[in-house]
Amino acid sequence: MAAKDHSMTSVAIDTAPEQVTRTGIRRRLQDALPKIVLAPSFAVTLFFVYGFIIWTGYLSFTNSKTFPSYALTGGRAYQRLWTWTFENDPPSSWYTSITNMGIFGLLYIGCCLALGLLLAILLDQKIRGEGFLRPLYLYPMALSLIVTGVAWKWILDPGLGLEQTFHQMGWTSFHFDWIKNKDFVIYTVVIAGVWQASGFVMAMFLAGLRGIDGEIMKAAQIDGASTWQVYRRIIIPLLRPVFLSALIVLAHMSIKSYDLVVALTSGGPGGSAWLPSNFMYEYTFRRNEMAVGSASAIIMLMAISAIIVPYLYSELREKKS
Amino acid sequence: MTVLDMDVSDAKRMARMRVINRIVIYGLLGIFAVLYLMPLFVMLVTSFKTMDEIQGGNMLALPRSPTLDAWVKAWGQACVGLTCNGISGYFWNSIKMVVPAVAVSTVLGALNGYVLTKWRFRGHTLVFGLMLFACFIPFQSVLLPMATILGNITRFGITLRSTFGTSFGLGDPTANLAFVHVVYGLGFTTLFFRNYYAAFPDELIKAAQMDGAGFFQIFWRIMVPNSLPIIVVTVIYQFTNIWNDYLFASAYAGTGDAMPMTVALNNVVNTSTGVVEYNVNMAAAMIAALPTLIIYVVAGRYFVRGLMAGAVKG
Repeated sequence: MAAKDHSMTSVAIDTAPEQVTRTGIRRRLQDALPKIVLAPSFAVTLFFVYGFIIWTGYLSFTNSKTFPSYALTGGRAYQRLWTWTFENDPPSSWYTSITNMGIFGLLYIGCCLALGLLLAILLDQKIRGEGFLRPLYLYPMALSLIVTGVAWKWILDPGLGLEQTFHQMGWTSFHFDWIKNKDFVIYTVVIAGVWQASGFVMAMFLAGLRGIDGEIMKAAQIDGASTWQVYRRIIIPLLRPVFLSALIVLAHMSIKSYDLVVALTSGGPGGSAWLPSNFMYEYTFRRNEMAVGSASAIIMLMAISAIIVPYLYSELREKKS
Repeated sequence: MTVLDMDVSDAKRMARMRVINRIVIYGLLGIFAVLYLMPLFVMLVTSFKTMDEIQGGNMLALPRSPTLDAWVKAWGQACVGLTCNGISGYFWNSIKMVVPAVAVSTVLGALNGYVLTKWRFRGHTLVFGLMLFACFIPFQSVLLPMATILGNITRFGITLRSTFGTSFGLGDPTANLAFVHVVYGLGFTTLFFRNYYAAFPDELIKAAQMDGAGFFQIFWRIMVPNSLPIIVVTVIYQFTNIWNDYLFASAYAGTGDAMPMTVALNNVVNTSTGVVEYNVNMAAAMIAALPTLIIYVVAGRYFVRGLMAGAVKG
């Protein structure tokens, strides 16, 4: 609104004699200043984000191998991905990647939500030493996924970590070699990922719980509801917006998880721990299948967009009204 | 039922239930605290052990005679690929990349947030929406074009060097990475400042305008002095994200002397020449983790706030 008023006054000044015109130009410059300040960032975003997405999309329709080639050759890359989607015996790299994505995505999001909520509810019971305990669950979020991977690689290593430790404690039949097993390696990625991110989900839920009026709890208890009932019937439903936010953030983090697979498993035996992000990187930079790599990147982008766009749209919409 | 209606045995039962309840709550919290601390504990104790103690030893045991040898070796002599000069150089690479990237993206984010809240124009929601969505794209979808562009910049830099004797910093991998992080961090910094400034009273701006203050005067004199909390949040968020990044780092500075810390750490751990020195690996991992951990310990409150602001949008 303010900007509109300004432009109207400057139009009025434009019609005035020459000496006023100079201030008019200055005025107009002043009016345009906010846009001038914002323009570089916006231009950079348009070019380096949206331009690059189009560029990647274009490459996915070429037959680029080691180097980009700009002759369009149709959707062969997508056709190959589509064929690979059903090639499960022996599994194609793409089949492994998307199956792993499904397993990892579901378990990672599910476990983070469950653990986060549990810890938040426990911490919300008027605990002594909450200020001491809370940071202990959250600090993994400050570590990089590479450090997380390095630490867990050591802990999950059968010869060095948990297995060895339990053997020494006398539990010699204990066997835990998932990290070396192509069928189970993806679950080790889940373990490390949940360790890293669940504290953050806890913090989100805790903030949500603190926002709920304590009177609701008291009122329900006076009516004879048990604590469990109050949580299940009243508090948890009230936390729905937090669930949504956490779900979005976790979904987004899980699709982008690349570092963890690299650091923890180096891709797993025979690439058995790959996620689509690893598939993209390997095909683009190591296997010289740039078109296929680009196509997989576009598919990842569409998967994330399907989650994020409706969410952002509704968020920005709400603010407006 | 109120307390007055209960008889004594009921009250006793309730009290006992409460005690059991408390024990269960504290017990669970304690178990989880131990589980969450375990990896850090293992990293720390392992980094203070000798290799003799590690082989065949218990990973949870405290070091018998703590030694800093592994830390010294990780810092100064550990092998990254074929060069064995330790990780110190890569640590400084990361610092050189992070500091300018954080500074530039924070300043731009503050200006953008200021414009998008106090100098709104038609289509400001669309502009913000497009910048916000950029935060959420999988970076795989821009990885390759950026590699091509950076390759061209590097070649241009080499041409410049052969003609003028200096590349003006063009093509330096650390500078490239800093640039990449500014570009893809802008969405977040803009989001942070926009949300913060949205709650900032418009009346103050109006009053300053009446007094003849211009765009930048209002920004410097009114907005910036009141932005300390969000500046801290943004700086911490950006620092953590950029320091911890691996994807861009491995794609654009994955080999050679210019590697940032995360890539170097991964290489130290996966260097297969000779005996694997786990204590050195863990010390290197601790060194890589220390800057962000220290920030977390010193300014945890702001750290959490940044995460939340990044999670709850609009």
